[in-house]
Amino acid sequence: MTRKFSFSLSRKHFAVPYMAFLALFVIVPLVMLFVNAFMAADGSFTFANFAKFFTEKTGLLTFLESMLIGAITTVLCFFIGYPIAYILSNPKYNKTTVLIFLFILPMWINFLLRTIAMKELLEMLNVELGYGTILLGMVYDFLPFMILPIYTTLTNIDKSYVEASEDLGAKPMQVFFKTILPLSVPGIVSGVMMVFMPTMSSFVISDMMSNNTILLFGSRINRYFTNATDVSQKVGSAYSLILLIVIGITVLLSKKLNKNQVPAKGGDLW
Amino acid sequence: MVKKILARAYVGIILLILYAPIVTIIIFSFTESRVSGGWSGFSFGNYISLFQNAKIGAAILNTLIIAVVSAIIATFLGTLAAVGISNMRKTARTIVNGVNQIPVLNADIVTAICLFLFFSYFIDGGYVTLIISHVLICTPFVIMSVMPRIRQLNPNLYEAALDLGASPKKALFSVIIPQLIPSMISGALLAFTLSLDDFVISQYNRGTDGIDTISTYIYNNLKRGLDPAFRALSTLIFLVVLGILIAINIRSKQANKKNGGNLN
Repeated sequence: MTRKFSFSLSRKHFAVPYMAFLALFVIVPLVMLFVNAFMAADGSFTFANFAKFFTEKTGLLTFLESMLIGAITTVLCFFIGYPIAYILSNPKYNKTTVLIFLFILPMWINFLLRTIAMKELLEMLNVELGYGTILLGMVYDFLPFMILPIYTTLTNIDKSYVEASEDLGAKPMQVFFKTILPLSVPGIVSGVMMVFMPTMSSFVISDMMSNNTILLFGSRINRYFTNATDVSQKVGSAYSLILLIVIGITVLLSKKLNKNQVPAKGGDLW
Repeated sequence: MVKKILARAYVGIILLILYAPIVTIIIFSFTESRVSGGWSGFSFGNYISLFQNAKIGAAILNTLIIAVVSAIIATFLGTLAAVGISNMRKTARTIVNGVNQIPVLNADIVTAICLFLFFSYFIDGGYVTLIISHVLICTPFVIMSVMPRIRQLNPNLYEAALDLGASPKKALFSVIIPQLIPSMISGALLAFTLSLDDFVISQYNRGTDGIDTISTYIYNNLKRGLDPAFRALSTLIFLVVLGILIAINIRSKQANKKNGGNLN
């Protein structure tokens, strides 16, 4: 027991290098973002950067538009992806892992190249670029992120629950809606987060798929920094801070949603 | 039976949509026309120019160097951190886990901007800033991959090593780490692919006239249209990944047969 009282290298100290790393490259930069967001061009304190969010067209309206596009993408991915995950995880329809590999495979191709390919294909087919093509591009890029966590959760569901509900006389529809669907909620929450979070802040896909005609919130922030002036960087910092706060709230909400559920394997990434 | 056909048809249609752009890239990688859709005759020109273009070559090399180095650092840092975190008291553990989640959950562009603001005070963009920022986004995934394995370890083994006279460092490297190697490898692979696919964070932290990765090179040269050599590159990447996945699949099937059980 003497070891406990003398100062020695115990196992918890192995985390010290990473804690220092996090402090330096996560906490300090976040503080800098925070300070920048409240700073005027001359370095004095101001709320003007946040005021811009509510008065300018690049602010609140664009933000709501981006949230809406993120939400629609997420809903589309869910309704397209859930049946896929269900079919692939159900031994009645699919006994091998080959198909799930086919759904993961495109993720290994650089997403810029994939998005450009989709855009070129649409241009070949003479489709006009706009909101529709943005949604198509986003669903195309993020569908695997919805399918995978739901697939993992569905394959880990204890089959005896399903059998029990069948034995107790549930019809196939009832088995699905009262047993399988509720048990797959952790996977759904995880999938929804993995699709919604990046889509609402992404700028590359929307820029490309609309030929820079529709600029979402992420694009606005990006433009404040790429054509940077002292003022625009401060406004961009304020916008980033707002995005960060909304992300934080979304994460907390999803954690709460997941806590009320039966814990299942595989859905605990978020 | 009808249900089965419908299910198969649905999966088939979605796969068709998913692969249509990729198949288009592959087909048009064999013609030198600048816009895909224009066919200027069959040729391997794109493949030849892919290997002759020094800038693309440098971008590919940079991407690989950064991905390998960041994956190695992230694996080392993340494994140590996972061992440490799992031995902390509850409050300390909650705090470190919380901060560890920030780079995962945060929007890429916000992480990129935070790092950009930070680095602009201290160093010019280049390999160092890119590797630091890639380590930052990769390490949490290494921890997530190693942590479940640590929870399954027998805690007495480490204590036994200490009682038998090993120093904590020695006990870590000869008792704990060897048991973690499979999960470290899967963490490293995850880190490697994350680093390969990153665009936003690299774009912000590569420096004003800094180095290019594949992603930033493509993006920064898009105004003149995508260089058709990239269609050749995508085709090659696709074939390599397809080959690897087929190999893994065959191997795991053989392993399955040997063990008689289902190992996945």
